[in-house]
Amino acid sequence: MRVRAQIGMVLNLDKCIGCHTCSVTCKNVWTSRDGVEYAWFNNVETKPGTGYPTDWENQDRWNGGWERTRAGKLQPKQGSKWRILSNIFGNPDLPEIDDYYEPFDFDYDHLKSAPELEAFPTARPRSKITGERMEKINKGPNWEEILGGEFSKRSEDYNFEGIQKEIYGEYENTFMMYLPRLCEHCLNPACAASCPSGAIYKREEDGIVLIDQEKCRGWRMCVSGCPYKKIYYNWQSGKSEKCTLCYPRIESGNPTVCSETCVGRIRYLGVMLYDADKIEEAANASDKTDLYDAQLDVFLDPNDPAVIETARADGIPEDWIKSAQVSPIWKMAMEWKVAFPLHPEYRTLPMVWYIPPLSPIQNAAEAGAIGMDGAMPDVRNLRIPLRYLANMLTAGDEEPVALALERMLAMRSYMRAKTIDGVRDEAVAAKVGLDGAMIEDMYKIMALADYEDRFVIPTTHREQVEEAYDLRGGCGFTDTNGCSPGISKGSLFGGSKKPLKMPEEVR
Amino acid sequence: MHNFLFGIYPYIALSVAIVGSIARYERDPFTWKTSSSQMLRRKQLIMGSVLFHIGVLIIFFGHLIGLLTPLAIFDALGISHGFKQLGAVVVGGIAGVMALVGGGMLFHRRWTDPRIRKTSSTADIAILAMLLMQLVLGLLTIFASLGHLDGHEMTKFMAWAQGIVTFDGAAASYISDVAFVFKLHLFLGLTIFLVFPFTRLVHMLSVPVRYITRPGYQVVRSRRSEPLPTRAGPVAPGRSANK
Repeated sequence: MRVRAQIGMVLNLDKCIGCHTCSVTCKNVWTSRDGVEYAWFNNVETKPGTGYPTDWENQDRWNGGWERTRAGKLQPKQGSKWRILSNIFGNPDLPEIDDYYEPFDFDYDHLKSAPELEAFPTARPRSKITGERMEKINKGPNWEEILGGEFSKRSEDYNFEGIQKEIYGEYENTFMMYLPRLCEHCLNPACAASCPSGAIYKREEDGIVLIDQEKCRGWRMCVSGCPYKKIYYNWQSGKSEKCTLCYPRIESGNPTVCSETCVGRIRYLGVMLYDADKIEEAANASDKTDLYDAQLDVFLDPNDPAVIETARADGIPEDWIKSAQVSPIWKMAMEWKVAFPLHPEYRTLPMVWYIPPLSPIQNAAEAGAIGMDGAMPDVRNLRIPLRYLANMLTAGDEEPVALALERMLAMRSYMRAKTIDGVRDEAVAAKVGLDGAMIEDMYKIMALADYEDRFVIPTTHREQVEEAYDLRGGCGFTDTNGCSPGISKGSLFGGSKKPLKMPEEVR
Repeated sequence: MHNFLFGIYPYIALSVAIVGSIARYERDPFTWKTSSSQMLRRKQLIMGSVLFHIGVLIIFFGHLIGLLTPLAIFDALGISHGFKQLGAVVVGGIAGVMALVGGGMLFHRRWTDPRIRKTSSTADIAILAMLLMQLVLGLLTIFASLGHLDGHEMTKFMAWAQGIVTFDGAAASYISDVAFVFKLHLFLGLTIFLVFPFTRLVHMLSVPVRYITRPGYQVVRSRRSEPLPTRAGPVAPGRSANK
């Protein structure tokens, strides 16, 4: 047993209102630079839809993630090391920028500088890559916002697998949900495994997966290797970039920018202890529906005395162990089992988990006819098909998702009885395998979601490994070229780039 | 002039290539990259890039082995000069055509595709043009070689190259009477060495061969200065370990 700690995240989709505040604040902090205009370390997709980049969930097309070979070996789906190297001159699985969208800006200046015209001046789009006029914008980072576009296209959504999807194209049966996505900071990252340079690494102390910008050579295997398509190739710098889980903030005990600014308070951050020796075995479970349970087995109970002692021996700081014991992630993933990994079938053991959303009851007009399971409606009558959520969160196994939804419904039912009727309905709690106290704790964390309940982040312990005296007067965060301020101006070695010219609109 | 171009210039070019590459790697590792443009436009890249790279690699190692292996070794192996030259012409010719076709596709794409053109630096275009020119010159030397199939001409170049790397002051004189196209080819080749550290060509020095020998797939970095002790199972509670 080798105990390691990881900062994990849970997103409560039941409360996501699709406002994109997370995406925008993330963009402003991390990707408002040349070469990554098209990159959204955090984006919010409307589901059902094909997402961003288009069809990212279809691994038959992109070959992201891992596969278990017929011989029972675990290897990246794009191929073994030799296979990856043999594709180094041209990566057949690499998306083109049009699979995301061609980044654009508008001629805003024309609005105020235009001469007197017959018609009102307009701000027309221009490509951020070529600086040329774009006659028509065909795609954006959120092209299917609130079910935009035809159902025939959106229904190519991979999560419809095994579902008679035609009826969901009808107005009466339509359903939607939001899916905010960021890097999963996987326990078994396929990006790191695919990187020929060894530039992508997982940090031992907090599990954050980062790209060493000085070691990255731009072989671009990580972009195709990541099944979530959350590695972005910066076409200007020639290096790959990804979500950093805002590690400068995490290290100082602050939540990530996306979590901090989430107006719906749907995001949770906390410590999970896991057994690093079990990762390979868990990722290599023979049946894909076993992968969710296999990942649960990798996590270690922070209240188990043997785990605590082993964690200490493995150098986990005391306050990290304490944080793990009150981790909201542990409660939601392990105690209440309401949170699930996104697409466990990719075998990456992701560490950003999702609470499935409840949805209105199907056929409300026939409300009398729906199956009521005691005080609660049957989760199979909810508008979002259970199978759809299961395809997304448990590799198609409906039971765990159904139980989670039932527990969330039970929480509502229990709290309604408590606040309106003034009775503690232990029966409804027992029905879903919980008790009243647990449900009240669930309510406190999932419904009230106070700041200190959502974010339990111990600070990092650099003092144990670094000599602060040696670091005094250092230069903090830089663009990796010594103490340069953040933007490489050119050098003898070709850092120089002509600034992108955005020509003015001609009359 | 001849002595400068083929006796002194090689040392200037090689010195700049070596010192410049080390300096770039040390001082500006962020710029050390392949500069792939595949993501901006896939069209023509895969076919062009594969042909170009494989062709160039064969040519590069062909030159390296062909020029720097002492003649005595070929003689000892019983490979006649004429046969060696024929081999060089055939293999080099095929690889040269591959590289030229691939490089031509890449150049066409870089020059005509607005996305690639606008995001290319002058160095990107210039180095590709230089390589293409060098390929053309290299293929033209085949016609000069066909005039004398005994391999004697070739041994002059071997003597020159081996003279350069062994600091033989008379190296330039070994090739004073070769055809002009060879001299042009040599000069441009040396110039490519000269500009090497200032272009994207440096990516060839970071061929990721270590990927194959890297244990397992994953990379984990620790701030710890000493590794943790290995241990089979969990530590029994109550006993303070590792302290």
